[in-house]
Amino acid sequence: MDTAEKVRAGLGKRYAAERRFRLFGMGAIVVALCFLVFLFASIIGNGYTAFQQTFIKITVHLESEVIDPRGQRDLHKLRTADYGALVKKSLRAQFPEVSGRRDKRKLYGMVSNGAAFDLQAMVMRDPDLIGKVLDVWVAADDDIDMLMKGHIDRGRPEAERRLKDLEVGWIDRLIADQRLEMRFNSAFFTAGDSREPELAGIWGAAVGSFYTLLVTLLLSFPIGVGAAVYLEEFAPRNRWTDIIEVNINNLAAVPSIVFGLLGLAVFINFFSLPRSAPVVGGLVLTLMTLPTIIIASRAALKSVPPSIRDAALGMGASKMQMVAHHVLPLALPGMLTGTIIGMAQALGESAPLLMIGMVAFIVDIPGGPFDPATVLPVQVYLWADSPERAFVERTSAAIMVLLGFLALMNTLAVFLRKKFERRW
Amino acid sequence: MLDQADTIAMDVPPEADSGPTRAAGEEKKIKTTGRVTVNKPIITARDVNVRYGDKHAIKDVDIDIAYNEVLAMIGPSGCGKSTFLRCLNRMNDTVDIARVTGRIELEGHDIYDRKTDVVTLRARVGMVFQKPNPFPKSIYENVAYGPRIHGLARNQVELDEIVQTSLRKAGLWEEVNDRLEQPGTGLSGGQQQRLCIARTIAVSPDVILMDEPCSALDPIATAKIEELMDELKENYSIVIVTHSMQQAARVSQRTAYFHLGDLIEVGETERIFTNPRHKLTEDYLTGRFG
Repeated sequence: MDTAEKVRAGLGKRYAAERRFRLFGMGAIVVALCFLVFLFASIIGNGYTAFQQTFIKITVHLESEVIDPRGQRDLHKLRTADYGALVKKSLRAQFPEVSGRRDKRKLYGMVSNGAAFDLQAMVMRDPDLIGKVLDVWVAADDDIDMLMKGHIDRGRPEAERRLKDLEVGWIDRLIADQRLEMRFNSAFFTAGDSREPELAGIWGAAVGSFYTLLVTLLLSFPIGVGAAVYLEEFAPRNRWTDIIEVNINNLAAVPSIVFGLLGLAVFINFFSLPRSAPVVGGLVLTLMTLPTIIIASRAALKSVPPSIRDAALGMGASKMQMVAHHVLPLALPGMLTGTIIGMAQALGESAPLLMIGMVAFIVDIPGGPFDPATVLPVQVYLWADSPERAFVERTSAAIMVLLGFLALMNTLAVFLRKKFERRW
Repeated sequence: MLDQADTIAMDVPPEADSGPTRAAGEEKKIKTTGRVTVNKPIITARDVNVRYGDKHAIKDVDIDIAYNEVLAMIGPSGCGKSTFLRCLNRMNDTVDIARVTGRIELEGHDIYDRKTDVVTLRARVGMVFQKPNPFPKSIYENVAYGPRIHGLARNQVELDEIVQTSLRKAGLWEEVNDRLEQPGTGLSGGQQQRLCIARTIAVSPDVILMDEPCSALDPIATAKIEELMDELKENYSIVIVTHSMQQAARVSQRTAYFHLGDLIEVGETERIFTNPRHKLTEDYLTGRFG
């Protein structure tokens, strides 16, 4: 047998191995894509309805006897007036035939508790409205919303429904009067958390996440880059630096909840920083992200060709000049990518934040990093834990917002890398 | 001797150069053939030894470098010529395990003295590397970098002037004067190497070290660099490491032949190439090994 024949004999086997490997690769990608499609379909399918909300038009008479009996336009008085009574009155006027305590309570439950606050806000903004009769769109109660979105089945026996025939009848009348419609749910993007699903929004958690990440970024980027530069360019190579390197790599794999416990013990119990505050969350997430940033930054520094260092040193640059003028600018895109990936990780982290109290129920939008707050993934956790049917779609919607931010950050990382990457 | 070189253990220094060196226990000083001293040296090196851990890369080398000359250092791979070159501006400091002993004086001052500042030294002894390594910045910035960090120009006008003269001296001005703002990495290999030379002479050093400056270049670019070296020696001392014997013969006044860490022979280039006195030099030059 000559060489060509021998080669030919084994050829089929070689190509078969290649084909097999390709098939495995493609199969893996297809399976992964299927899961991804399934995930997105289920999240979006569950969540897109949360961006719509059922509103009811009520005709309110902003009676001055109720709001401002003495006509002083005193802001404190205006704030504390009984707007709920006005809402109830307008509902009674809408459905004059309703009588009896129980039915009346059901009637009042048609609109959200937030309706009174809406009226209050309107009056505070423009006291001249007092005394006028207005048509106001207010959020409907979450059960009505669920009925409108088909999550409560009208066909089931009355006893198994949360909304009884009486209420369904009112709703049908409102629809017929064009006093009930679906509108864009702006509260979801502007409000903080609430026990009432129709009033709950993501904004408080988003702001909390923002402050937390701001603290994380401000601390972890300079510390991480500084540590990486020192270890890579200045530190001697010896047993101690080896130990440090091994430890950094190990820290990257430590479960995040351990960092949460550490933060609880050190920052809250020892340094007495406020509980549930983004500043503590940021500190904890800094501890968690630092290994990632240091490892990525060191890799970026290693990828800078040694010839550039030789060139700078050969010109008589000091080591610090070499690093600051030449090595760092070349390594920065890689460092930024690593940092953004670390930040994205921190954005999605919930376990360590549970430990430091960021799981508390907080209605107010945090005004700074020292105010109590929660963050997006913890908000998802909280809503997923809530029993009301209307929180199901809000959970999915919050996940969509979170994924949106993550996608944005990762896109930014890719963009920065492409833009500042230098070849030579 | 030759047979030994073929059979003994391979000691490879962690440098780019690699090849056989003499086995331990065989240490005996080889006396350099030819005259190592010159009348008015700018650099004198005496008893220079370099060790990379256990590897003895340079053994008791004595040599002088004169003003305004081109000294070529030749020898087979791993003979230590690049290592010795890097001693002259202390670039070996960047290699953790390298240990240099002996005495190297630049105009009478020991460069390995505690008081000698390595930044000043490298400003006076510039270096051009094997692979062209311009900074990934503009052509202008490449040349202006040295004067800038050393504070050689008092204002923008002076800096512009330094950049222009340096590029002219490096024979690059005509080719790049209309695109000084473009990245230096966009030039051809030969232009990049001349840019590196321009960058080096921008700080007006006394000595320029060149570590195989043409090994990555084509013959035309090589010819240009050689021409340039001929002009530069009017103002600078040049030490060049080269693998090309023809290049050594063309550009240098004196030649030093290294073998396994020993400086075997030094002399006038013409004399070395026409009438080598040491057997090893002759064998290398006639291509019996290398």
